[in-house]
Amino acid sequence: MWMKENTYGIGVKIVLYTICILWALITLVPYLIAVITSLKPVEDVTKFSVDFGKLSFSSYKYITTEFPFMRWLFNSFVVAVAVTAGNLLFNSMAAYALARLSFPFKKVVFYIIIGTMMIPGQVLLIPIYLILNKLGWIDSYKGLIIPWLVSAFYIFFMRQYFLTIPKDLEEAALIDGLSRFGIFFKIFLPLSLPALATQAIFIFVGNWNSFMWPSIIASSEELYTLPVGLNSFYGQYYQFWNQVLAGAILLSLPTIIVFVAFQKYFVRGIVTTGLKE
Amino acid sequence: MRNRTKTQEYLTAFVMLLPYILSFCVFFAYPLVKAFMISFQNFSFLGDAPPKFVGLANYKEALTNKMFLDSILNTLYYSVLVVPTQLIIALILAVIVNDKVKFKEFFRTTYYLPTVTSPVAVSIIFLFLYKTDGLVNQILSHIGITPRNWFNEPSFVMPAIVSVAVWGSVGFYMVTFLSGLSTIPDQLYEAAEVEGAGEFIKLIKITIPLLKPMIFFNTVVSFISTLQMFDLSYIIGGSDGGPMGKAMTMVVMIYRTAFKEFNMGVASAMAFVVFGIIFVLTLIQRKFFGEEMSY
Repeated sequence: MWMKENTYGIGVKIVLYTICILWALITLVPYLIAVITSLKPVEDVTKFSVDFGKLSFSSYKYITTEFPFMRWLFNSFVVAVAVTAGNLLFNSMAAYALARLSFPFKKVVFYIIIGTMMIPGQVLLIPIYLILNKLGWIDSYKGLIIPWLVSAFYIFFMRQYFLTIPKDLEEAALIDGLSRFGIFFKIFLPLSLPALATQAIFIFVGNWNSFMWPSIIASSEELYTLPVGLNSFYGQYYQFWNQVLAGAILLSLPTIIVFVAFQKYFVRGIVTTGLKE
Repeated sequence: MRNRTKTQEYLTAFVMLLPYILSFCVFFAYPLVKAFMISFQNFSFLGDAPPKFVGLANYKEALTNKMFLDSILNTLYYSVLVVPTQLIIALILAVIVNDKVKFKEFFRTTYYLPTVTSPVAVSIIFLFLYKTDGLVNQILSHIGITPRNWFNEPSFVMPAIVSVAVWGSVGFYMVTFLSGLSTIPDQLYEAAEVEGAGEFIKLIKITIPLLKPMIFFNTVVSFISTLQMFDLSYIIGGSDGGPMGKAMTMVVMIYRTAFKEFNMGVASAMAFVVFGIIFVLTLIQRKFFGEEMSY
């Protein structure tokens, strides 16, 4: 690390920084334009120039008071939080059993979990819809939440993490008379906070952004999640770009905030453990 | 005593696995069998007629449906454009922001933002930018390129969607490449420097060969995810697949057949065809990259 930064010629440096800044602009400019446009009056939306005197939050006020955007936001929160909570508990429980307990057919269960990850979701879409229809869960929170409470991938992920927790710790606790559930809740979960945080963030963001499933399940407007609501709003009000883009910002902001607040779990978290500093 | 603790442990394991087992049975195993059955049945969601076994008729109907066949070609076209583009950009960015520039934290954060942004929001922002009188066209007209509605012309809609998809997912692959780069020991680069190797030689002789497993892994992940593309195509092109159906992907076609036309039998057959395509292409990739890379 110590010798690197200074060994490049100025020409190489210019090329490297140009690429970095160029891609940063490609990434950021669309957001910037969306934010500015959402603050413009509708007659100015396609103008390149910005009249700062005319910028206001009126389109945000309009969509959140005249349209059920707040309701959709609320639905998205309820569903994403419930799904995240369920996954944290259920995936960790299954992972603990696989990492630390012995039981018949353990290998079989493990290979089934790996195997389920290889089946593309579209194959299951129709029968799951039919099952939920039989249960009367179409157009309900249950239908939006319950099929997603467990994830094979994160069971695998948590298992790998639990395997790194020393066995001695557990044996000591067993001798002290702590039950398996006690060990799970009092030792394994607290020791796994970084892994749990990573899992929570990815599941929250993934569920927040999911579109296909809620657009199938939520058929009445009061049950739309924000992505479904925004897409339907766009379908009707596409000429009001300031409002449509205000909706897009409203939809993007929560996950961007979560990301910026917890980015060490994203960028330097589990995927990059051991990254050189 | 010994037996009792053993039974207790089995019981604990069962209780801990119970949520997974229930979810597996109700939302995986049974649906998988059911989907396979439906693909051989005349199964219309509407109406009360009981499902009827129709043999391979649904598969025949799927494979003679021009729109479905086009959707397969559209999807492959999309994959072939997206996979190399996004992996090459992601690799270049990863190598640079790994240790070669200042403010690398800022760049990494910035590049990752689109991956946490909802595809619905992303699509809408680009629908605005790519409009005929949108800002991209206003800029392009300065360098003499005629403004056009990129998402509304048959030959441009897919490449335009590709640009949005690449914008949206480069950050994800950059981060996985970064994790791969972190496993390459510094000593290798130091040894190469002692022998007078320049940056380019180090990249070709050390970085890329050692990153080969990660490149393979990312290629497979990227390829599978592009074959399952739904959001961008559906939001930008609608359930008709955009201009002349050129934005129709395989999954949008399944969605349309199942939930717009309520032809669940044919849609299930299509889903298994897609499954088969993904499976075969993944096997080919594995052969192509060599068995030792199997992840």
